[in-house]
Amino acid sequence: MAHAKTVEQREQIWSDDPTAFRAQAAEWIAANFPPQLKGCNPLIFQNDADAAAADADFELWRERVAAAGLGMPHWPRRYGGAGLTAEQADIIRLELAAAGAFNPMRSNGTMMLGPTLMEYGTEEQKLQHLPFIASHERRWCQGFSEPGAGSDLASLKTRAEDLGDHFLVNGQKIWTSGGDQADWCFCLVRTDNSRKQGGISFLLIDMKSPGVEARPIVLISGSTHFSEVFLSDVKVPKANLVGEVNQGWSIAKRLLTFERGGLTEGRGEAPSLAPLAREYVGADAEGRIADPDLRGRLIRNALRSEAYNLTLKRHAADAAAQQAGPIPISAIKNLGSGVAQERSELLIELLGWRGLGWEGEGYAFAELEATRAWLHSKAFSIYGGSYEVQNNITSKRVLGLPDQG
Amino acid sequence: MAVLSEEQIMLRNMGVEWARDRASVTVLRQLYDGESVGQNPDIYAEMASMGWTGILIPESHGGSDFGALSLGLLLEQLGRTLLPSALWSSALVAATALKAGTEAQQARWLPGIADGSVIAALATPHGGFPVPNTPSITASIESDGWRLSGRVGPVPDGMLAHLFILSAETEKGTTLFLLPADSPGLSRRALAQIDARAPAILELDGVAIEAQGLLAGPENAAQILEHVLDCARVGLAAEMLGSATQAFETTLEYLKVRVQFDRLIGSFQALQHRAACMFQELELLRSAVESALAAIDAQDADLPAKASAAKALAGEILNAISNEMVQMHGGIGMTHEHDAGLYLKRARVADQLLGNAAYHRERWGRLRGF
Ligand SMILES: Cc1cc2nc3c(=O)[nH]c(=O)nc-3n(C[C@H](O)[C@H](O)[C@H](O)COP(=O)(O)OP(=O)(O)OC[C@H]3O[C@@H](n4cnc5c(N)ncnc54)[C@H](O)[C@@H]3O)c2cc1C
Repeated sequence: MAHAKTVEQREQIWSDDPTAFRAQAAEWIAANFPPQLKGCNPLIFQNDADAAAADADFELWRERVAAAGLGMPHWPRRYGGAGLTAEQADIIRLELAAAGAFNPMRSNGTMMLGPTLMEYGTEEQKLQHLPFIASHERRWCQGFSEPGAGSDLASLKTRAEDLGDHFLVNGQKIWTSGGDQADWCFCLVRTDNSRKQGGISFLLIDMKSPGVEARPIVLISGSTHFSEVFLSDVKVPKANLVGEVNQGWSIAKRLLTFERGGLTEGRGEAPSLAPLAREYVGADAEGRIADPDLRGRLIRNALRSEAYNLTLKRHAADAAAQQAGPIPISAIKNLGSGVAQERSELLIELLGWRGLGWEGEGYAFAELEATRAWLHSKAFSIYGGSYEVQNNITSKRVLGLPDQG
Repeated sequence: MAVLSEEQIMLRNMGVEWARDRASVTVLRQLYDGESVGQNPDIYAEMASMGWTGILIPESHGGSDFGALSLGLLLEQLGRTLLPSALWSSALVAATALKAGTEAQQARWLPGIADGSVIAALATPHGGFPVPNTPSITASIESDGWRLSGRVGPVPDGMLAHLFILSAETEKGTTLFLLPADSPGLSRRALAQIDARAPAILELDGVAIEAQGLLAGPENAAQILEHVLDCARVGLAAEMLGSATQAFETTLEYLKVRVQFDRLIGSFQALQHRAACMFQELELLRSAVESALAAIDAQDADLPAKASAAKALAGEILNAISNEMVQMHGGIGMTHEHDAGLYLKRARVADQLLGNAAYHRERWGRLRGF
């Protein structure tokens, strides 16, 4: 999907002064964000790239952000960024949220592969891929999991044979999100059978290569979010190897911390359920949600969500001030998936029978969406490393507990 | 959020070292052994000489005006070793209340609180946590001025105080008084509580209030009291954060040394995951406490909700972790010789003080529109 850049590339001069910069950012967003998109759920576009590409407002917004380099504001301009500082990038993020807008580039590319290539890619690989990640013109999928390799990812079997000028790849990936819509795949392959972690390499595979076949799988929520990907005699140029041969496991671990970091964002930011609860469950004489037990559990979840948001902010502030060690991302991921899953459960509970609809008449669109979102939320504690695996990581790496016997 | 200044980092580090070297759990054990009542006065004098008692007090009255976050950092460290002291009552709660007083009242009491020679405590029915049939003090105006009668308590650090900030009911509503502990007609008796501190029940029988003794009248006393209670809750939550953190770390150490079935018990996944969950909960608690401390310093109008969030999480999490501390230590955790029981007992007292977790979840919910 090559997009002609219909928007002329205006050169924006950004101020170094934070206050002036903030004003400039707000002004830029006001002038460029299509008001029709205000307040809409960006996850809908993120989860369905084809639907996003077909939405004229989304496409306009994406092209404008791409032209200004503001999808990845802190990346250098030659990689499709705007060459801004991390603080300025943060201001952009806050101003987008304040305006009810969102970053249209958020994807596997920006969250996972981009930052990884920044650290491990060759200059050639960076120039080849980063600008198209920053503009969201090239969609990426993550080919890590296999039928026999989930939590124990390093047991993966997809083989890559070194045939001199290229690798020949054979095997099967599964649970590949967006696999049927992706242009490219970052993939873990086995290049050495004699060592487990030490025999894995990190390859970039063009999904249009002969021998690649993605078959969508239907989720409990009804969407075809992920696919099985079959790789049969796929030729992958040597230039598509990231890092060294058999260095893939360290690169993958780094990528997974970026992924988990991305998965912690926004989990506690959904709006209060109090108004909906009053509407669906009723209120007592004092205006409180009529069902006191439900009310108590709603309060508990909302309070924990608020504390969760404060936790993200605290770590961001500490990191910016360099006042703390590494962020315990495995613990934060479990907290975030926990509060978000609890909220989804509470939402369908308070909707009553109207939270049990699958489709069609008799249900409001928002009710059906809540039900589907509840089903999808079950994945929060599975993907990106399951809840149990995160607890293993916290135990070992953060708390220094001994290996399980 | 709570990004610290250089001075605050120094203060915190000083607190960490001092609590470890001078104020270990041994100090609390002296109370259990009956060697001192409520606190060790030498230890309190040491804190005063380091200026900790004056952290919230303006420089004009002998303090350093260093802010609630700074004091909170210290309370957290003292919570680690469960140090019994009047620092919270006097330097945080009473000092905050006195700042609502006249210049003359402040000049009379604050310098003594700042230098540690005066200990002041808040006496309010059930620590502001409404319980049916709680006794309270009533005040009436007689020809010669205010007269107070009735009973109030438990008053935290009530056996140590030289001065009480006392709330009483008048015909027109809640009123706050300053009452020296040696006032004629005032008597107090100690309650023997599971955490070995020195809470008191005060009995007042026609106690006369001196001319400078009215701190706030019915027009604003309730509002001032609620603010004082919120600051008190946040400071207590900071102390509880320290206690919970230490209870967790002590337990974690045990998981790394105790061997059963020829393995370290910390290698059992069932225990590892419970440890990971405790760590996660502490993450939430720290965020809520630091944000509430910062809200005091910023005079944030959202302080009531932030105070309730911090106190609710502190109560719940310290209770849970202190239970796990006993359980994961097995038999040794049940002995008085081991520290686990000390954390367990303090946890329950701290949770009840100024409103338990359920009370504060409810209050937070109301403030947040539920
Ligand atoms: C919606 C969704 C999208 C996904 N997208 C992608 C993607 O784009 N690319 C990709 O590569 N993968 C993707 N995944 C796959 C995901 O990463 C795996 O499902 C996950 O790592 C778990 O692996 P598994 O499914 O094989 O389960 P298993 O590993 O078989 O786990 C089964 C159960 O056993 C538990 N378990 C396993 N090992 C341990 C242990 N050591 N201790 C305690 N408990 C354990 C697990 O926690 C789980 O509860 C996606 C998954 C979902 C649900």
